[in-house]
Amino acid sequence: MSFQDLAALYIVLSPGIAAAIAGLGQRFLGNKGAMAITTVPLVVGAGLAGYLFFNQVFGHHEGPTHSHVIQILRWFDVGTFVADWAIRIDTLSVVMMFVVTGVSSLVHIYSVGYMEEDPHRARFFAYLSLFTFAMLMLVTSNNFIQLFFGWEGVGVASYLLIGFWYKKPSANDAAIKAFVVNRVGDFGFALGIMALVFVMQVPADFLGADGKPVAAYLAQIGVEQYSSIGFDTVFNTIAANAPVQPIGAAAATPIQQVTLDFLGQHVWALEVIGVLLFIGAMGKSAQFFLHTWLPDAMEGPTPVSALIHAATMVTAGVFLVCRCSYLYEHTVVAANVITVIGATTAFFAATVGLAQNDIKRVVAYSTCSQLGYMFFAAGLGAYQAAMFHLFTHAFFKALLFLSAGAVIQGMHHEQDMRNMGGLRKKMPLTWAMMFIGTLALTGVGIPAVEGLHYGFAGFYSKDAIIESAYASHDTYAQLAFWLSIGAAFLTSFYSWRLMFMTFEGKTRADHHTYDHAHDPPWVMAVPLLVLSIGAIAAGAVFYDAMVDHHQAEFWGSAIFTGAENHVLHDRHEVPTWVLLAPAGAWISGLLFAVIFYLLAPSVPRRMAAHGGPMHSFLSHKWYFDEIYHFVFVRGAALLGDLFWKVGDKRLIDGLGPDGVTSVTKASAGGISKLHTGYLFHYALIVLLAAVVFSAFVLLGQGR
Amino acid sequence: MELSVEHYLGVSAALFVIGVFGIFVNRKNIIVILMAIELILLSVNINLVAFSVFTGTIVGQVFAMLVLTVAAAEAAVGLAILVVYFRNRGQIEVENVNVLRG
Repeated sequence: MSFQDLAALYIVLSPGIAAAIAGLGQRFLGNKGAMAITTVPLVVGAGLAGYLFFNQVFGHHEGPTHSHVIQILRWFDVGTFVADWAIRIDTLSVVMMFVVTGVSSLVHIYSVGYMEEDPHRARFFAYLSLFTFAMLMLVTSNNFIQLFFGWEGVGVASYLLIGFWYKKPSANDAAIKAFVVNRVGDFGFALGIMALVFVMQVPADFLGADGKPVAAYLAQIGVEQYSSIGFDTVFNTIAANAPVQPIGAAAATPIQQVTLDFLGQHVWALEVIGVLLFIGAMGKSAQFFLHTWLPDAMEGPTPVSALIHAATMVTAGVFLVCRCSYLYEHTVVAANVITVIGATTAFFAATVGLAQNDIKRVVAYSTCSQLGYMFFAAGLGAYQAAMFHLFTHAFFKALLFLSAGAVIQGMHHEQDMRNMGGLRKKMPLTWAMMFIGTLALTGVGIPAVEGLHYGFAGFYSKDAIIESAYASHDTYAQLAFWLSIGAAFLTSFYSWRLMFMTFEGKTRADHHTYDHAHDPPWVMAVPLLVLSIGAIAAGAVFYDAMVDHHQAEFWGSAIFTGAENHVLHDRHEVPTWVLLAPAGAWISGLLFAVIFYLLAPSVPRRMAAHGGPMHSFLSHKWYFDEIYHFVFVRGAALLGDLFWKVGDKRLIDGLGPDGVTSVTKASAGGISKLHTGYLFHYALIVLLAAVVFSAFVLLGQGR
Repeated sequence: MELSVEHYLGVSAALFVIGVFGIFVNRKNIIVILMAIELILLSVNINLVAFSVFTGTIVGQVFAMLVLTVAAAEAAVGLAILVVYFRNRGQIEVENVNVLRG
C-alpha cells in the first residue's frame, strides 16, 4: 500500500473515529477534549488531502490520470450483485476530499471560537466530524450503494446540526423540514439506484459454469469485477454500449437501447435513471421545487451553514451529476432537465435573495443560485466547469458565511440587516473578508484582455460556465445563458446590498449593541484569512488545470466527455460581447446597489414598506412555502384526518375493540336487569328450575 | 264418598301453590312472606300425615312433629330478623327489600 493510499484511508476514516470517540465519550473527554480529538486529526487530514490534491494538479504531466480503488471490506455478495466498502481515488474524489477536509477543518477551528459559550460544544464537534466522515464516504465511494450510505449520512448529520439548538422550536421545525424535503429527493435517488440494479445484469448467455465466458465478456467492456452498480461496471458498460439483460428481459440488449416501463410509459432506461438520480441531486442540492429547506436550514449555527449548506453537502448533487458524466453524456432528456432546472434555480434564487432581510438567508439564496449555475453547466456537458465552480464556490461561500457569522456574533446574535449598518469602522477585518467574498461571488475580474486576464475566484468559474452556455448552441443552453446573465446581475445587486446594509451608512443598530460590536477573535479570524486567500486565488491558480488547456489530463477518466461534446473548447470562440456580458452584469448590479443603498437608502425602504405585488412576491419566495403548505402539508393533514377519523376511529376501532366493548356493555346491562335484588325472584327461579328439572327427570323415567 | 289419599294430596298441593304464590305475587310486606312459608310447610305436613295414615306407619307423623318444631323455630327467627330489619329501615315494604342488587 503506497503512501497515498494510506493517506486517503486516514483522511476518510479519521473523522469517523474521532466523531465516535468525541460523541460517545464526551462525558470523559469534556468540551476541550472533544474539540481537540475532532479538530487536530482533521487538520492533519486536510494537510494530507492538500498533498494529494496538489499532486494531482501539478503531477499530471505524465498523461491523463487514472482512477484506482482501495478495497476495505466486502459489504454485499449476493449472486452477481457485489458491493464493497472502498475508497476510489481519482481526480473527482481528490478534489472533493480537498474541499471537504479543507473547509471542514477551517470550520472546526472557527467553531472553537464561535461556539465558545455553548455548553454542548462536545456534541457539536462530534456531529461536525460525523458529517465530515459521511461526506468523505460519499465522495470516495466506488459504487452507488456506498454513495447512498454517505448521502444519507450527510442527511442525518445535517438534520442533527440544523436542530442543534433543539430548545428553539424553529430550529426543530427547520431540521424536520430539511429531512423531509430531502426524503423526497432521496426517494428518487433510491429509485434510480434500483433501476440501475434492475438494468445492470449480465446476459445469461455469458454465464458459463466455469466462469470463463463471463470473464471474457467483462474484460471486453473493461471491468475487473462485475458488481451491478460499481462505478467501473456501470460506466464502462455504458461507454462500451455493452449488452445487458434487465431482470425479466427475454434477451440481452445494448444498454443504450434498453427500455423500461415506467409510470405506464415505455422509456429509455438511461434517461429514466438519469432523471431519477438527478431528483436525488435536486433534493440534496436544494434545486428548484426542492429548495425550500435550504433557507430554513439557516436556523442551525453559522459554522454549520458554512460547512454543510454552502461548501460541501449541498454540492453533493453536483458531484453526483459530474460523477455520472458517463451516464449523462448518453442521455438527452435528463441532461436537458438538469440544464433547465439548474438555470431556473440560478435565476429564481437570485430574485428571492433581493428581498430577504436576514443576512444568512441572503447568503443561503445566493448558495442556491450558485448551485443552479453548477447544475446547468453539468447539464450542458461542461462538467469540468461545474466542478471548478464547486471548487471555487466552496472557498468564497464558506468565507461569506463565516464572515456573516462573525457579524452575527459581533452583534450579539442579531441577524436582521435592517438593524445593522455602519459596521465597517467597528469590524474592519470582517468587512475586508466579506468584501473579498463579495468580489469573488460577483465574479469581479478583467475579461477579454489578453495578458491581463485576472480576477477573483468566481470570475473564472462563473464566466467559464456562462461562456459554455453560450457556446452550446442548444435552445435550452440559450435559455440558461440569458437566465445566468440575469442571475449574475441580481447576484451582484443583492451581494452589494448585503455589504452596504451591513457595513455602510449610519447604523440602525441600538446604541448598546453598536458600541459593543467587535471583530472576531483570532481563532475565528484565521480561518477567514485562509479562506480569503482561496477566494482571491483559487480561480487564477487552478483555472488552467481544471477547465482550460490541461483539463483533459487533469480530470483523466474521472469525467467523461462524449465525442460530440466540444463545449469546453467552443467557449474560447465566443464573441467578445459574451465575455463582457457578465462583467456588465456585475457592474450594473453594483451601480444599482450603490444608488439604492448608499445614495438613496430611503427608496428601497419605502418600496418595502409600501409593499406592492412584486415585493411581496419576492419576499414570500415566490409563495413556494405557502403553496407547498397548502398542497402537501394541508393535503397530508386532510388525508391523515380521513384515515384517522374515518378509517381508524370509525372502522377499525368501531368494529374492533370499541365495538366489542360496546356490545359487551349493552348485553351486560340487559343481563344485570335480571338481578332485581328481590330474594323471592331468585327463589322463584330456583323453584321453577327445580320443577323443570324434576319434570325432566320424572318424564324420562316414565318413558 | 270415601276419602282417598288423592284428596289429601290435592288439598296439600293447593296449599303449596297458594304458599308459593303468596311469596312471589305478594308485593306488600314481609310478614305475608313468612306466613306463606308456613303454608308451604303445612302442606308438606299434610302430605306426611296423609301418607302415614294410609300406609299405616307412624314415621310420617313423627316427622310431621319435627317439621312443626322446625317451623316454629323458623318463624321465631324470621320474626326476629323482621324486627331488626324494621328497626334499621323503618319499614317492611317488600318493594324496597333489594339490597342484594349491586
